[in-house]
Amino acid sequence: MSEAPTLAVFKLASCDGCQLTLLDCEDELLTLAGTVRIAHFLEASSAVAPGPYDLSLVEGSVTTPADAERVREIRAQSRFLVTIGACATAGGIQALRNFADVEEFRRTVYARPDHIDTLATSTPVSAHVTVDFELRGCPIDRGQLLEVITAFLAGRKPDVPDHSVCFPCKRRGTVCVTVAHGTPCLGPVTQAGCGAVCPAYGRGCYGCFGPSRSANLPALIPLLRRDGLDERATERFLRTFNAAAFATARASREEET
Amino acid sequence: MTAAPATAVLDRDGLDALVGVLRAQGRTVVGPTVRDGAVVLAEIASADALPFGWGTEVEAGRYRLVPRTDGAAFAHTTGPQSWKAFLHPERERLWSADRRADGRLSVAAERPQRPSYAFLGVRPCDLRAIAVQDRVLATGRHRDRGYQERRTGAFLIAAECTEPGATCFCVSMGGGPAAEAGYDLALTELVDETGHRFFVRVGSDAGREVLSGVPGRPAGPGTESAARAAVDAARERMGRAMPPVDLRTLMGDSLEADRWDDVAARCLTCGNCTMVCPTCFCTTTEEVTDLTGDHAERWQRWDSCFDLDFSYLHGGPVRASARSRYRQWLTHKLSTWYDQFGSSGCVGCGRCVTWCPVGIDITEEAAALHDELAARLRRQDEREEREP
Repeated sequence: MSEAPTLAVFKLASCDGCQLTLLDCEDELLTLAGTVRIAHFLEASSAVAPGPYDLSLVEGSVTTPADAERVREIRAQSRFLVTIGACATAGGIQALRNFADVEEFRRTVYARPDHIDTLATSTPVSAHVTVDFELRGCPIDRGQLLEVITAFLAGRKPDVPDHSVCFPCKRRGTVCVTVAHGTPCLGPVTQAGCGAVCPAYGRGCYGCFGPSRSANLPALIPLLRRDGLDERATERFLRTFNAAAFATARASREEET
Repeated sequence: MTAAPATAVLDRDGLDALVGVLRAQGRTVVGPTVRDGAVVLAEIASADALPFGWGTEVEAGRYRLVPRTDGAAFAHTTGPQSWKAFLHPERERLWSADRRADGRLSVAAERPQRPSYAFLGVRPCDLRAIAVQDRVLATGRHRDRGYQERRTGAFLIAAECTEPGATCFCVSMGGGPAAEAGYDLALTELVDETGHRFFVRVGSDAGREVLSGVPGRPAGPGTESAARAAVDAARERMGRAMPPVDLRTLMGDSLEADRWDDVAARCLTCGNCTMVCPTCFCTTTEEVTDLTGDHAERWQRWDSCFDLDFSYLHGGPVRASARSRYRQWLTHKLSTWYDQFGSSGCVGCGRCVTWCPVGIDITEEAAALHDELAARLRRQDEREEREP
């Protein structure tokens, strides 16, 4: 039998929550360790094997010139590169800087602004290098992560749908929080993957998994307004973990119509 | 031995006894009950779980539970689920396979013990919807064995409509608030000066047998005529109506209509309409493997024509635009369903209108398509008159 494929985990600008999901795979962790050779995973072990790697999981967004360079090196070392989480797939919450003046932040926040070497934007990994698969979520879903790794090992396409949160929400029998309660919810424009957790607890979807592939934001915004969000609150609702992705999805759809 | 009568009157205790008899038969009794601000369908242990004293106020994209002073149990309109959640569950394992030590595969079909259901409170529109799904899944060319087994064993107790909602339009789809066929027992709830009671009609031998075990009293002509009057009155109080035209032809003649762009601009393509529709039956199958690669499973789960992957062929989705996906849904439901299954796919339950977050109303869309087509034909006639 050929040698086990190597797995590497890398981190850019992020909170570590997504790579922690890998360690959260408690029941499957030993099987995983027996199936792949974990070659680079600093959160789990300081023992690092050199590349190239068969499967690289990359967490975090690109916010510095150094990371922009490093992500190219990671790509060069990776046969199959999967980005994990809202930071890596959409720039994360730190993409709020994309709508603001980073120079002003630097001057105001830091005692020695000259120590800060940062980019004006926070961008997804796919804006810099070719990405083989993007796994959404803030944080990612444990089951979906295992599915992506399992699919990679089997050489098949992962079963990760890109339809709206309404699909799993209705399938699990949740009463629609917008229709029945008048609660603002991003479910109809957000990609499934979390299992529609928030509406199952009576809250609106926060859009952690970013816009679904055919998100129609201009059609949803009047509902958010009706349900009590003014213009500023609507903007804040859309500008969380996937701020840049929702802004892009909204603009491209508005352009169409 | 004299045959048990074909009608009876039950009071609330009688209704509870009916649930008891069905449970004693080993059936899973499912009925309407209140959860999270809506009337949902769930397993019930007694008639006490029914939504006594709850009604609903619905509009396109809006649903609210409202208390009723009359204590009625079946005075609500359709909720977010339909009986397909039980007969055609959202997710089902079809088979699993294991690689044995000798390297060969063993494949095992999923043969679970199917629950024996009793559905309490099936609306006449939903009886018709079950009949539609029967034609698709139980008797059609592509039978679903799980559906067939669950359906064959199911005992259906209809609840006729006396309080149609603002999004109901079953009459204009050729139906109505009366249960006509496909039930084992049919209830008509009455709350008047004579009291709160349920007029029961027998629809099958199984229904007659179950009813014989339930303490009830004979139905007098007064109760029967009051029940008929209440259902007849409901006929006249439908909140909506489909335009009185041949919808099948209308859809066929409207494939290039401008209205599809209009509705596509409003449509979220979120898939809610298909999930709540009691006749939408589409599924996808997904193969999954485990980390070792020695175990594989095939799952069937609900899919929707609003999902881009639904029409994915090599290279991309065939129906990429919202326009093409909404059009597919409506034209299939109202027109090409006849070609496939010999009937309309719409029973007029109103769920897709109520539970669409943005309130897209298929009766309004059909009317707009009709107006657009009529205007187009008028212009054509005028042109022909001018230039004979």
